[in-house]
Amino acid sequence: MIWLLLTVFTPLAGALLLPLLPRVSVAGWLNLALCALSLVGALGLAVEVLLHGSLAGDSFRVDAFNVYLAVLTAFVGLTTAIFSRPYMYYVHNEEKRVSRNGMRLYHSMYQGFLFTMLLALTTDNLGILWVAVEGATLTTVLLVSLYRTPAAIEAAWKYFILCGVGIAQALFGTVALYFAAQHVLPPGANGLSWSTLYAIAPQLEPRVMVVAFVFLLVGYGTKVGLVPLHSWLPDAHSEGPTPMSAVLSGLLLNVALYAVVRMKMLTDAALVHSSTPQLAGHLLMGFGLLTFLVGAISLHRRRDIKRLFSYSSIEHMGLMTFGFGVGGPLATFAALLHMLVHSLTKSSIFISVGHATHIARSQRIERIRGLIRTQPAVGWSLLLGVVAIAGFPPFGIFTSEFLLLVATMQAWPWLTPLLVLGLLVALAGLFRAVQPMVFGAAPVGQYPVRANMLPVILQLAMVLILGIAIPGVLAHWLDQATQLISGRPLL
Amino acid sequence: MNFSALPLLDQAVLVLAAMALFSAFALLAQSRLLSAIHVFAWQGALVAAVAALTGAASGDVNLYISAAITFVLKVLLIPWMLHRLVRRLALERQADPLSYPALTLLAGAAIVVFADWVAAPVAQFEHSATRNVIAISLAIVLLGMLTMVVRRQALAQVLGFMAMENGLFLAAVASTHGMPLVVELGVAFDVLVAMVLFGVFFLQIKDSIDTLDIDRLSQLASSVEQDDDTEPPR
Repeated sequence: MIWLLLTVFTPLAGALLLPLLPRVSVAGWLNLALCALSLVGALGLAVEVLLHGSLAGDSFRVDAFNVYLAVLTAFVGLTTAIFSRPYMYYVHNEEKRVSRNGMRLYHSMYQGFLFTMLLALTTDNLGILWVAVEGATLTTVLLVSLYRTPAAIEAAWKYFILCGVGIAQALFGTVALYFAAQHVLPPGANGLSWSTLYAIAPQLEPRVMVVAFVFLLVGYGTKVGLVPLHSWLPDAHSEGPTPMSAVLSGLLLNVALYAVVRMKMLTDAALVHSSTPQLAGHLLMGFGLLTFLVGAISLHRRRDIKRLFSYSSIEHMGLMTFGFGVGGPLATFAALLHMLVHSLTKSSIFISVGHATHIARSQRIERIRGLIRTQPAVGWSLLLGVVAIAGFPPFGIFTSEFLLLVATMQAWPWLTPLLVLGLLVALAGLFRAVQPMVFGAAPVGQYPVRANMLPVILQLAMVLILGIAIPGVLAHWLDQATQLISGRPLL
Repeated sequence: MNFSALPLLDQAVLVLAAMALFSAFALLAQSRLLSAIHVFAWQGALVAAVAALTGAASGDVNLYISAAITFVLKVLLIPWMLHRLVRRLALERQADPLSYPALTLLAGAAIVVFADWVAAPVAQFEHSATRNVIAISLAIVLLGMLTMVVRRQALAQVLGFMAMENGLFLAAVASTHGMPLVVELGVAFDVLVAMVLFGVFFLQIKDSIDTLDIDRLSQLASSVEQDDDTEPPR
């Protein structure tokens, strides 16, 4: 319990405290320290869950599924904070693009964003989950518009409107779910508690559940970046500050997908005896595959480096959604592993991209050239990150994509060629853009920048280890989550 | 459905909900901003009245609190903030007529039929009045969405957004006697923060682009992806 409070409420305290600090440099360090504290809490929570099984209370529920995402969220929050401190100081002090008040807003919203993410992950109440995900939209809208350029304001407006509309659909779905529950609820129970709902799910009216699930999928799916509701994602990623792109891709999309999967678990349990028991899975597969293919094709002919990698995020979220839709232990395990390695890899890529844009003083791909000559550390980490994200062995994404392909071959063999084709198209799109950026001739007058590559090295090393041999503890952990979601363990 | 056979309370709720649906159509077609804000305030009042009536019937204190929050937020505070914005941005006289009024209203009617169809499964284990209110609230949500699609004015889009929230609140009140209070409070807080952010945005959009016409907010995809001359921000 104490660990949970430490994990979730440290960022809240930070969000309220950091705007009071006038000194930008101190705020950066404090931001980092708060993230570290939250990570300590999350690790403590993980150990507790590992030793005693899942924890459940009135308003929270921590099991194998969400505790691993909570640790991941706190970890990526910390590494991005390590990167953000000098990066944002540079933006504030050298480029003068953000005022001191802007920096106060930035730090406060960074912590506020982490708070909403961790709250959404650990709460048991579906209403609070909705409030937290909407809160995440509100905090990140302010971050997207931080630079106050017309493009940034346009991106933030689009993000706000599209996600606001999407998330409203999710609230309607939540109301419908609550409505379905009210008729079969034991007296005194909370009809929005996920644990309660899961226990009584077989009695929920299937047809109302279908309506509720469709609305919930569209609502939370908007935040996952599912096609055709994805158009906010590249804009928000490209116009906001780079640390925010890292946490958006690495964390927000995961949490939204987490919400979708929780709803799928309820719907599956409610539809067991109906005529369409696989409906939720099929919907996820359809949306996932469409998102994956559109994302892969969109990787081609991009001009802006951050838009390029945000389309890569769309592609990977599609793949994960597809994996959860296929269901079964193998595909679920693969999707869970993919969530983990994608977060680590993509946030490390955005960190490299942040340094690369400072070196080249531009976000345009054709102006970023010769990184490996100018600053080998940045060039290599970008290259290795892209190798990892494209799914080359020995990195972890290869493992999860391979497992997913195997699961698809078992369950839906005729979809395998589409997946392989999409992966190849994505690979070509990424390398076409990245090869000249890394190896091209460096323009005259391009100098290295101060860069802290520690987070990138740490994250890519973890992805590498996950690709070579998943540690026993972690495999066991993911397997428990697999059992929760698909009903059977894999190992 | 035999309307007169229903209990008096259900009749009242149905009438209020139908009026809220009518106001959603008015919001869709009203081209003058100030009048649209007034329509929105009336819609909030109707929804709050539904909550208060349901509260009176069930004796649930939470519903009174929800009704009070809705009244303060949707009838007083948000319309007042919008009014101030309109005056500050000097938009009082600006009209924003629809491009295809007849087509838009037809689409609105189709939405109502669609909402009725979606709410059909509810009918079998709930009496028909509730089912109708759920259908109406879904229609209000979708009409709010349509308003956001067809309107060019940023402020009108915000009104559509807030009307969606009204529809959601109506659904929660009518179908389940309101969500738990903590959720209602969270939702109300989010709506309030969203409104404040909208206000901030209007001033920023006005400053940087010098108009609140959303059609002008489509530079991003084109300029960043195609135009080679301008240096995009990092």
